[in-house]
Amino acid sequence: MSQELVLGIYVFIMAIFVGFEVISRVPSVLHTPLMSGTNAIHGIVVLGAMLIAGSANTPLLHALGFIAVVFGAANVFGGFVVTDRMLEMFKKREQGASEKKNA
Amino acid sequence: MLDLRASVIAISYIVAAVLFIFGLKQLSSPATARSGNRLAAVGMLLALLATLVDRQILSYGTIGLGMLIGAAMGIYFARTVQMTAMPQMVALFNGMGGATAALVSVAEFLRLSAAGEAIGVGEATSIVLGTAIGAISFTGSIIAFGKLQEILPGKPLQFPLQRPINGLILLAVVALGVAVVMAGGSALLWALFVAALVVGAMFVLPIGGGDMPVVISILNSLTGLAAALTGFVLHNQMLVVAGVLVGASGTLLTLLMSTAMNRSVANVLFGAFGATSSDAAAQTSVVGRTVKQTTPEDTAIALAYARSVVIVPGYGLAVAEAQHTVRELATDLEKRGVNVKYAIHPVAGRMPGHMNVLLAEANVPYDQLLEMDQVNGEFPQTDVVLVVGANDVVNPAARDDPSSPIYGMPILDVDRARNIIVLKRSMGHGFAGIDNALFYHDKTRMLFGDARQSLTQIGQALKAA
Repeated sequence: MSQELVLGIYVFIMAIFVGFEVISRVPSVLHTPLMSGTNAIHGIVVLGAMLIAGSANTPLLHALGFIAVVFGAANVFGGFVVTDRMLEMFKKREQGASEKKNA
Repeated sequence: MLDLRASVIAISYIVAAVLFIFGLKQLSSPATARSGNRLAAVGMLLALLATLVDRQILSYGTIGLGMLIGAAMGIYFARTVQMTAMPQMVALFNGMGGATAALVSVAEFLRLSAAGEAIGVGEATSIVLGTAIGAISFTGSIIAFGKLQEILPGKPLQFPLQRPINGLILLAVVALGVAVVMAGGSALLWALFVAALVVGAMFVLPIGGGDMPVVISILNSLTGLAAALTGFVLHNQMLVVAGVLVGASGTLLTLLMSTAMNRSVANVLFGAFGATSSDAAAQTSVVGRTVKQTTPEDTAIALAYARSVVIVPGYGLAVAEAQHTVRELATDLEKRGVNVKYAIHPVAGRMPGHMNVLLAEANVPYDQLLEMDQVNGEFPQTDVVLVVGANDVVNPAARDDPSSPIYGMPILDVDRARNIIVLKRSMGHGFAGIDNALFYHDKTRMLFGDARQSLTQIGQALKAA
């Protein structure tokens, strides 16, 4: 086993603990935005796709890299934008009440 | 030692990982959630820019074109999608992430093989797992998308010998995986990729629409895991951190959802629920009893003279796109001094938090949305409960009838309220395919018809009352 793999496994395990610690108490109001926000974060694999596409030296690798970049970019940009759109809608009652007064 | 350029990249990745963690932390509170999402987006941008200066990248044409097309597609969908179609949207983006992870794993294997570099057992294992999990998540998400978009039937799809056949394909994936790690060979990896695509489709096809909250959470967590594995392949710790964070959040949601249904994750995945419960439905004791119908006018009067009203939305609200209409009715009632609240069951709808998003779109303040535990104690003091397109989550059989297939599932105790009015398209069964004793209750009145139309009629009658 390489030193790098061992390090990776350490990071993997620590990240599990961080993840559960950070997310464990999310109110159900935010379940959908949490899901779509984390959805955007896993789009980070697009940087792997960029490395493949940028270093491709055969037509096959070019094609694979291209498809992967397109999918990954759609995942990242779409994910963050749609999450932002959703979160924009979540309002507290105070704001809702002041809007009513203004109307 | 790393040179300057590599150091800059490494530091950017570390900062990005920290931003992801902070972003997620902020996503867990409604007040900070929006800035949390933006923080994570900044982290993402930083990571992407840092990657562009990587020495491995020799040409930018393919990257630029792919980015442009992908980003345009993603942003277009994200901007134009209806809030009622959010579950499909999440499934689709999730599938794209899974496909990316699988393709990156395969391509990295091809690149290393072509360059004649030795692939260690650890790397090969990561490649195999990343390919398999990414591919499963891709086709699984696409099938889920198809079911939610109603391109495919929402009912569980079953055929003879389904389990043995699925078992064999899964076995083939495992065998091919072992073969790739032991012997290498790109043909074997491609075969594995294709077999995993089939597994993903087969795994979601037999799952019914009502179980989608669990399925979407699992697929989300699988894509996270696939991304983390890609981190092992590319020796990139930031990918590992980001992927695992997503995996952890998906796992938490999966457990929450299956707890809310009182079913194990395995039961959701392999139970094919709606299909097996039809025998039990015939046994329920409510057969032969009649329901009492009501009119929009009577409903309006009952609501207008109530002190407290609780609205219980379900998937039917999303189907009828009635979230704005229900909100208008609630506003009119509040003007009359009626205390209006919404009761949200954790698995109402087709994804975790589905109802919350819909009602937020209709400008319902989130502190008016009560969770199951908060609201259940209030039902005995509630004058009128208005059930809009919900069924199984308000079925008292889950609490009272040990022979019911949904027995033990925590429900909203609406039958304890003083009056219950149920808006429903017809007497059809809910997702679980079982009869609902609530509809035959003395205190219950049924108002049949499309939810949005019924709500509009109630609203008009209310103005006249």
